Order: sequence, then C-alpha cells, then structure tokens
Amino acid sequence: MQKVYSRPKGLTDAEFAYCAGCFHSVAHRMIAEVMEELDIIDRTIGVCPVGCAVFMYEYMACDMIEAAHGRAPAVATGVKRVLPDRIVFSYQGDGDLASIGTAEIIHAAARGENITVIFINNTTYGMTGGQMAPTTLVGQKSTTCPSGRDPKQAGYPLRVCELLATLDGPSYIERVAPTNPAGFNRTKKAIRKAFENQLEGKGFSLVEILSNCPTQWKMSPIESLKWIDEHMTKTFPPGVFVDR
Amino acid sequence: MAEIKIDRERCKGCELCVHFCPKGCIEMENGYNRKGYQPSTFVKRDKCTGCAICALVCPDVAIEVWR
Amino acid sequence: MTDKKLMKGNIAVCHGAIAANCDAFFGYPITPQNEIPEKMSELMPQHGRVFLQAESEVAAINMVYGAAAAGKRAMTSSSSPGISLKMEGLSYIAACELPCVVVNVQRGGPGLGNTLPGQADYFQAVKGGGHGDYRLLTIAPWSVQECYEFMPLAFDLADRYRNPVMVLMDAIVGQMIEPVELHANFEIHEYPKPWATNGARGRARNIINSLWIDSAVMEDLNNRLQAKYEQARRHEVRLWEYRTGDAELILVAYGSTARICRTVVDMAREEGMPVGLLRLISLFPFPEREINALAKQGARFLAVEMSAGQMVEDVRLAVNGLTDVGFYGRTGGSVPTPAEILDRVRETLHKPPVMSTQARREVS
Repeated sequence: MQKVYSRPKGLTDAEFAYCAGCFHSVAHRMIAEVMEELDIIDRTIGVCPVGCAVFMYEYMACDMIEAAHGRAPAVATGVKRVLPDRIVFSYQGDGDLASIGTAEIIHAAARGENITVIFINNTTYGMTGGQMAPTTLVGQKSTTCPSGRDPKQAGYPLRVCELLATLDGPSYIERVAPTNPAGFNRTKKAIRKAFENQLEGKGFSLVEILSNCPTQWKMSPIESLKWIDEHMTKTFPPGVFVDR
Repeated sequence: MAEIKIDRERCKGCELCVHFCPKGCIEMENGYNRKGYQPSTFVKRDKCTGCAICALVCPDVAIEVWR
Repeated sequence: MTDKKLMKGNIAVCHGAIAANCDAFFGYPITPQNEIPEKMSELMPQHGRVFLQAESEVAAINMVYGAAAAGKRAMTSSSSPGISLKMEGLSYIAACELPCVVVNVQRGGPGLGNTLPGQADYFQAVKGGGHGDYRLLTIAPWSVQECYEFMPLAFDLADRYRNPVMVLMDAIVGQMIEPVELHANFEIHEYPKPWATNGARGRARNIINSLWIDSAVMEDLNNRLQAKYEQARRHEVRLWEYRTGDAELILVAYGSTARICRTVVDMAREEGMPVGLLRLISLFPFPEREINALAKQGARFLAVEMSAGQMVEDVRLAVNGLTDVGFYGRTGGSVPTPAEILDRVRETLHKPPVMSTQARREVS
C-alpha cells in the first residue's frame, strides 16, 4: 500500500482552533497543499485578516503577516511590489474583504496586482458573535438583524465576484461551493489556478469560497452544507467570472 | 486493499467524513477525545477503496489514507 | 562640494529619500505635500525603486507596512487629515516593530482645515497618535537643506530602533524655496533584517504580528517598546540653542516657527532684552533634561507654535514648575509675525516671574 493522503507540508503541526466542520480549516489546508505541490512554501508570504482566521499565521508553514482589518490587499501589495519574485497571498473573510476593506480589494483588483486572494464568504462575522455581514442574505438572521436582514433597513448583500468582474484588472475570479466531494475538488483546483496565475505573472486572482459557520448559523456542519446549496448559491451563484 | 487512519485527538466530530464516505466505512465513536469531541472511527476496512474523499473533506486534516 | 540648487522643501525630501536608499514610496495626493508623490513618481522608477499611488492614505500606510515587513526601506507622505488616516497603520507598524518613515507636511486644522501652515499635529506625532502605548520618533526640519538631510537620518533611526519615524514639517517648510546642496555626505548603514517576511528559504518561517492574546506576552512587547523609547530619550535628543547663554527668556519652537523666533531673538537683543531660542529638532524624544537644566539656571520660557498650545505642555512638564512657561500660538493656518511675538516677549519680560528666585532655589 502507498500513502495517498498525508498532512501537507504547507501546514505547521498546530491544531486548528476553528469550530468543528469550519471551512476555514478546509481552505487553509488546500492553500497548504497547493504551496507544497507548486514547491513555493519557502518563497510565499501570506497576509492574514482580522476575523476568525486572525490566527492563520499559527497554521501556515510559510512567512506570514497579520494585517489590520480589511487592509490585507494593501499589505500584500506592499510586499509584492518590493519582492516581485515572491508569491504573496491574502486571506480574508467577508467582513474583512467586502465591508471594511472594500476599497483595498477593489483597487488591488483594478491594478491587476499580481497577488492571490482567497475570500471566505460565510455571510457572518463569526469571531465577534454572528453579526450581520456585507454578504448576509436577505431575510437571514444575525445578532444585529435578529428578525432577518431587511433590505429596507440594512440594504442588500454585496456580490464581490460580480463586482470585481466588471474591472479590467483581474485575471481570474471564481466562486466555488465546496458542499460535496466534487465541490471540494473544484475549490482546490481554483486555489491552485489562483497561485499558478501569480507564478505566471498573470495578475490578480481571487477565489471566493462559499463557506459555512455552523456555530453562528446554529446548525450542524452537514446541515450547513445543505444551507449553502439551498440558500447561499441563490444569491451567490458559483462559477468562473473572469479567466484571461 | 486500502487503509485510513483517523487522528482521534485532532478530530472534532464534524461528521463530514461519515456523511461523504461512499462506502459507509466511517462511523462516530461513542467515546470522547481529550477535547471533548466524539471522534469518527474507521469501521469497515474490507469495503474501503482508498478513494480519500474522507481526507478531502476533513477540515482538521485528521485523516491519512493508504491504498 | 556640490553646487547649490534652488528647490522646494517637498522636493528636497524626495532627493533625501533617494540618498537614503528608500526602496518604496506609497502615497496619496493631498495639499500641501503633492510635490512629494509627484517627484517620487519620477525619481523612484529612475533609480529602479517602487513608486505606487495608493487608493487612500489608509492603503498607502498599509503598503508601507507590507514593504517594511518584507525588509525594505519604505515611506509615505501626507498632510494632516491624511496623517489621521494613517494612524491605524502606524499603531500596527510600531507594535510589529517595523521601520518606516512618514512625512507630515502639516496644514491648518482641525477637520478639513485649510492648506496653510499649521503645527497642530504635534500631539498626534509625539504622543503616538493611534491606539495603544507607542511613540513615533519625530524630527522637525526647518530648512530645505534639512528636508534633504533629515531623510537619511529618519531612515537610519527607523532601522536602528525598528520603529516608525515621523518627519514633521509644515506648509511653509514644504513649500518654501531655498538653495540646497544635494551632497552625499551620509553614511547609509545596511541593517540586517533577519525578522523580515521575505520567504522562509533556509530558515524557520517569520511572522509579523501584533496580536498577543496572552497578557504577559503583550505586556512584554509593551515593556520592550518602552525600553526602546527610553534608549531614544537617552541618545536621540537633538536641539539647537541660539543666544541662550545669558538669556532670561528662552523661546521654544520648532520648524518654520523656530525660524521666525530666531528673528525675534535678534530683534529683542537689539532692544537689549536677554532673549534666546531653543530650537527643537527632535520632538520625540523631547529635550526634557536640557530644558530642565536651563530652568534650573533661572531662565523663563515662551513656547511659540502654530497651535492652540501643544508643545508648550511638554515644555511645562520638562520645567516641572521651576519657572514660568508662557505660550504664544496662532492657529487655523495663521502664521505669527516677528512683531507680535516680540510684543509677547516684551510683555513677558516686564512681568515679574511668578516664582521668586528664592522659591526656585528651594525647588531645585
């Protein structure tokens, strides 16, 4: 027998502090696998967000920088511009990327900044206790819209991929939904492509991963996958938005 | 012939591996690990094909696969 | 000896940054500092270095954060309202102990204010400015020549102390045109940066971070920062004394206000008044010991600044009640004239000191 799956070298030995079934762990692991497959662990610099993934630097085996809330694309830009032969990625949640850091992500995309962005959209502020996020669905309950998001009062969710796809800068934008084995494979392929693009100098690549938050959604991990399929994908349809 | 090994202490009992195993080779344990989770456990060695879907979906990188 | 050239303070800053081997400039337009990003957009690519106009001051300081984390010499420049936006980033940079240089060509405030000269960002510059216990090493040029020469100094201090350095100017210093000698009489030290996040090749991974959940670890960081600032207080005080030897009243000022005060000193001396000038070059560290020593000799002080009274508080802390500390300030972009300062000097010298000589002796 041959070993066909073992812990990727792109991860440290640290155990994830995330909740059971949380897709942050899945995304971390897939980035680590891609770094190992592309043999770039020792020349990658990751920029982590504020939010549940704030401790990402504990888990990744590459150099890591902890950014202020929303500023990861600017920090990643600073690194990439002075070290263009290194691989630089930012990792951000929906509050970080689509709310407080909207300007930073849009302009990094518009510049075609040659970085990789992994965007975790789970429609909630997980770490602070489940408040309404920029991507919270209409009608979805949160601790700051306890009766469900009312567009008359709180507006509508932001579709990041669609928004960025209007720009000329990005080279690759895809939204994935890892809710079944095929979706997991698709997610991994998308992350790999987003890193390969950077290696090829193609410019800005972003993968939005429709993710879960079993804790704040108050459901089991299995139920959370069904909820992504049945609800999230209606507002955030998976697909390739830019590939050039 | 295939084999998986579940790291009982890394497992958080999310049940994704149980849910997605196409052969129903994995079940939840009755006991608890040191973190207080009920971990999953490999029960049907004879049916496992080593497809590694369990490892693919495991958020905690708790599963290793041989084939 | 190189030829002298006529140029603006803002342009001299750019040549100073090039001389300092600045690797990257990130900035955003705001008056009265626009000549800096404009000139840098020309000079940096010429020297094979990075220039990028950011989408905001917030983004610019975070690009500086990234470039500094990568081990490069990085800077940004802005003016008062833009500097406010950079305060979040500066707190992170200070907490991560990263070197960088920030130029503030101060304007009138608060709020949007105006594009005229101001010195009302003093507190923000020398007390930290953002959240948490940190300080910016702050130096204040008063001439175009110093705008040039203080950039290598700023980068050296930043690298040596692993701390952001603020070059605090104002609209006069930035916009005035003077002859400047773009000499190369600098020793540019290369500082090893084993902590840089530039790829973990052949070494353990590096992490640049300011999140420390454990209070003991977070306090350790604070203690380390404070120890560093103590070192700076010991070694990095810079000032210039003018006719203070026999002065009974010493004007305290920095930047363009100090130039005006030098004129006032000469005018006062012509009238026979024993007046001197203490021109502050380093604002943090503040010359506490030096001012205290002058106070012990019995000198009184008059702080002059383009603010409602900020630096004067540090003068009072340094004097610690030994003598009188007066204040004269103009705000909102108004510049004090020598005549109005001289009036205040006359007024001050004609008033008897609040504390008697006897009382002063007892205190000291």
